[in-house]
Amino acid sequence: MQALTNKSKMVSDKKMTFLEKIYLPAIVKGMIITIKHFFRKKVTINYPEETREFSKVYRGQHVLKRDEQGRERCTACGLCAVACPAEAITMVAAERKPGEENLYCEEKYAAVYEINMLRCIFCGDCEEACPKEAIFLTDRIVASEYEREPFIYGKDILVEPLDPAKRIDVSARQTENVLKFKQNKRFAHNR
Amino acid sequence: MDWTIYLYKTIFLIVILLVTLLVAMYSTYAERKVAAFMQDRLGPNRAGIFGLLQPLADGLKMFMKEEIIPLSANKKLFILGPSIAMTTALLTGVVIPWGGTLIIFGREFSLQIADLNIGILYVFAMVSIGVYGIMIGGWASNNKYALLGSIRAASQMISYEIAMGMSIIALILTTGTLSLHEIVIQQHGMHWNIFYQPLGFLIFFICALAETNRAPFDLPECETELIGGYHTEYSSMKLGFYLFSEYVNMFISSAVISTLYFGGYNMPFIDQLGLSANAVTLLGTFFFFLKVFFFIFLFMWIRWTLPRFRYDQLMNLGWKGLMPLAIFNILATGVYYYFTELT
Repeated sequence: MQALTNKSKMVSDKKMTFLEKIYLPAIVKGMIITIKHFFRKKVTINYPEETREFSKVYRGQHVLKRDEQGRERCTACGLCAVACPAEAITMVAAERKPGEENLYCEEKYAAVYEINMLRCIFCGDCEEACPKEAIFLTDRIVASEYEREPFIYGKDILVEPLDPAKRIDVSARQTENVLKFKQNKRFAHNR
Repeated sequence: MDWTIYLYKTIFLIVILLVTLLVAMYSTYAERKVAAFMQDRLGPNRAGIFGLLQPLADGLKMFMKEEIIPLSANKKLFILGPSIAMTTALLTGVVIPWGGTLIIFGREFSLQIADLNIGILYVFAMVSIGVYGIMIGGWASNNKYALLGSIRAASQMISYEIAMGMSIIALILTTGTLSLHEIVIQQHGMHWNIFYQPLGFLIFFICALAETNRAPFDLPECETELIGGYHTEYSSMKLGFYLFSEYVNMFISSAVISTLYFGGYNMPFIDQLGLSANAVTLLGTFFFFLKVFFFIFLFMWIRWTLPRFRYDQLMNLGWKGLMPLAIFNILATGVYYYFTELT
């Protein structure tokens, strides 16, 4: 019969020798293995003090980008909410009043923009769906909380700070190739 | 005997009690650290530096927990169980010689609370009463898992006590005394009993593992099949007492092993150092504790290396393996002494 895998081993039920029967050599062998591990370098990463090195395109907490003049890019079109497989995104659109041109890019903006971080599966589909380059996933970790309520992130957390020095860098997720890919909707083949 | 002796004995008793509890407390910490290190982890390191306050935090947690006594449980026995387990565990420390004799102002102060001439028998008596703590606790819980656990504990301890006793008989043949103090004095220099009774030591050590209900013989409390065994229904500090008594037992049996087989407080080459008597005594106590800690480490090392025995394997090993071996050991020792005495 042909073997299904090359990892299979032949087993036998031969009589054990005396040394095998008293198990002591085997026990000593096992104890040597454990004591070797005792002195080995530990693999633990002490999380809050040190963090694991992330990939550049890690998909963590979202950010709502501003443009160069510090205006919110989001126009509340709702494409991200439609694209979201976990239905984590909700928003309420509002019309820009005269005098608010320095706050919002276009005539429509999101008055409320909420992402439920407990529902979010961090797939990045919102980012892919966004026609305005407004939402991105970043390499920040969503903080843990004791209640469910604080996990619904509003605009106060999601929108990046106005101060140009404190802007969130998403260049790793916004390369030329990504832009090209997003413009060519033929490639959005996963729907 | 005047009042200073009584005062000294009382103070020393309290010191030994506290030391025992302290060592047991930090054994729980050491256990978790050793386990973690052997599994390439770091272990508890949040409470204090290196997590050194972890045992205190654990103890506090145990005290703060709600105390539940099941409705169908036998209340008196339910409380009696952990008390017996803890008391008997602590009582054994009385006969162990923690060190030699200190001479202060021309008076002799022995670092042993009671030098019973039947010290070994006393240790055995206390250990076998310890079974009752587990049995009563398991029975009083009125819970199937607890009952199964306590039945296992009882049968396991009884079976292994036989082999343990027999390995001790062979030891007594070589020492000719039951007093722990005498046994330690006989092992002065490097005449440790391990060199005269290697097989006896092996049997005794395996039985000590079984007696303290530690892996690979932790069947009475195996989490996977018995949900904790005899302490399934226990909560709060009563559970803490059960868990804690296991560590006290481990400390005491390490002390007994090092007393009986590894020369107790004797240090090799102590005579050549030319120190004063008191310094020798204190150094001896220090060395004794080193031995004890090594055995505690060995207990943990074995626990995190070997998987648990199956019940029939346990009984096979106890009755068909260790007991005949122990009898053979007695015979061999007896024959040896019979012929050497003749010449």
